[in-house]
Amino acid sequence: MNYLEFEKPLAEIEGKAEELRAMARADEGMDVTAEAAGLDQKAKAMLVDLYKKLTPWQKCQVARHPDRPHCKDYIEALFSEYTPLAGDRNFADDHAVMGGLARLGDTPVVVIGHEKGHDTKTRIERNFGMARPEGYRKAIRLMDLADRFNLPVITLVDTPGAYPGKGAEERGQSEAIARATEKCLQIGVPLISAVIGEGGSGGAVAFATANRVVMLEHSIYSVISPEGCASILWKDAEKMREAAEALRLTAQDLSKLGVIDRIVSEPVGGAQRDRATTIASVGKTLETLLADLKAKSRDDLVKERRSKFLQIGQTGLAA
Amino acid sequence: MNWISNYVRPRINSIFSRREVPENLWTKCPECGTMLFHRELTDNLNVCTNCDHHMAITPRERFKALFDGGAFAEVEVPAPVVDPLQFRDQKRYPDRMKAAQKGSGETEAMLVAQGEMGRTPVVAAAQDFSFMGGSMGMYVGNAIIAAAQRAVEAKAPLILFSAAGGARMQEGILSLMQMPRTTVAVEMLKEAGLPYIVVLTHPTTGGVTASYAMLGDVHIAEPNALICFAGPRVIEQTIREKLPEGFQRAEYLLDHGMLDRVTPRKDMREELITITRMLLGLSPAIKGDLPPPKPEQAEDGPQGTEEAPAEEPQDAVEPKTA
Ligand SMILES: [Zn+2]
Repeated sequence: MNYLEFEKPLAEIEGKAEELRAMARADEGMDVTAEAAGLDQKAKAMLVDLYKKLTPWQKCQVARHPDRPHCKDYIEALFSEYTPLAGDRNFADDHAVMGGLARLGDTPVVVIGHEKGHDTKTRIERNFGMARPEGYRKAIRLMDLADRFNLPVITLVDTPGAYPGKGAEERGQSEAIARATEKCLQIGVPLISAVIGEGGSGGAVAFATANRVVMLEHSIYSVISPEGCASILWKDAEKMREAAEALRLTAQDLSKLGVIDRIVSEPVGGAQRDRATTIASVGKTLETLLADLKAKSRDDLVKERRSKFLQIGQTGLAA
Repeated sequence: MNWISNYVRPRINSIFSRREVPENLWTKCPECGTMLFHRELTDNLNVCTNCDHHMAITPRERFKALFDGGAFAEVEVPAPVVDPLQFRDQKRYPDRMKAAQKGSGETEAMLVAQGEMGRTPVVAAAQDFSFMGGSMGMYVGNAIIAAAQRAVEAKAPLILFSAAGGARMQEGILSLMQMPRTTVAVEMLKEAGLPYIVVLTHPTTGGVTASYAMLGDVHIAEPNALICFAGPRVIEQTIREKLPEGFQRAEYLLDHGMLDRVTPRKDMREELITITRMLLGLSPAIKGDLPPPKPEQAEDGPQGTEEAPAEEPQDAVEPKTA
């Protein structure tokens, strides 16, 4: 278990309980059952308590938790016949973006998502989920394919943001993101987007300009990272807690602002503590939303998507 | 007797006190260091007369130079909710806004206008970098949507001058949502078959570049404008190496296929007229400065926004010998 900074008191109690059990295993005469169970109870109550009132900055940490299920985990668990389709037909295949044909239930769909990787090797391979222009252009190509063959598109958003690199800039990072956002607004098929971890700025918008946008309970979606915002507005990157508050980047605030359509609950203690349940909840939500959108005509899907975004923000927090 | 201190200076003061006196009569070119007299600089559209460095120009000044006879009608922009997130950093967002409004005399970071350019009806929108870095929030989004809607109504092309540090952080996620919102505006123009021309000016960065600024039918940039998604400092921190000379400048982007043209400000108007008229299938335009359109010619009757020219003070400061 990777404990987050704010979970330290919990780590201590769970550690004590573990220690007791280990001692009992070494010494058969020792009975720690009651004492360990007491600690377990205490830990459980503490976990419920901690996660009931996560601050925005704590949510950022949960959203970035290394043990949180990532795009690849969702694709493997929720979809069948996943057939990756690679490349932007221009320069390269971006491994920060997964994408291809797959079935959600019986329905063939195109699935696209940012993949962060789960260990040093895969994180480097996936560029920590930060796509280059090729990633957005691959997504554009796949959305075109979906549009031509009338397949719904599901996107899974989990990125710190688009990659800030020399090559990425030279090859038109801005243009690629702009075109991907534009493509999202053009396709005549259902487009559903789930923010499963970090929705980092333009890199997220390029996939999440969807008919329905859902967010996991402890995921975040923001115009800038709290650290980046703090260093610009507070001139001090250490003010990320204040920035996280001010930015209103939690699923709960985004729902209040009318930016997202639904929040998917996470198990107590966050997605990282029960990956299977989290993935299943997301799957159920996607299927429900897809069933609803499937009945709509191509024209309606495009029109509704556009008017939905035009309406966003008209009322502020009073929404 | 010193005529400067005893005669001319009081005269200058008395002349200027009756007029709006610019704070600084002289501007130092940040590129070559030449001191430029404000009138000379204004006449040259804020381009250094010595080294051609393009300095910032306000949307209003730009429109005066762009539209025939400097006449244009402002297009109304629906006002968004004030401080939608109740954002607090070291200053309150409404206080930052008030300071920006006071400093610029404008409502927000974008001005939208309708008028004629070479007798071609156009809608133009220009971003104001001096207003909170031109940052894109709900107002800028609303302005671009209003501009596109007006262009569609008038069957006119939209010319957009971009200039921004990026998204308005104080509007958080709502500023990010201007990326899809403004893209919807671009789609309106495309579906109506109307030209959408983007003029990228210094600087155009972040979410602005990654949305409406990179979706034009034609992309023209002003010389040496910084145009990027991630800024040079962010990239240097990431890759830990020095970036090449001219990286992310207009000419560099032209070389890398992201722009159609890099055009000096003094030639911009003629070029925009030429391009839009060809895209619209119209005959070649009459070149040169044109008077404002006659009221009956203009749709919605653009109102003259230029004040009557004030008396020229030059004669008054001619040295006079005692
Ligand atoms: Zn100069």
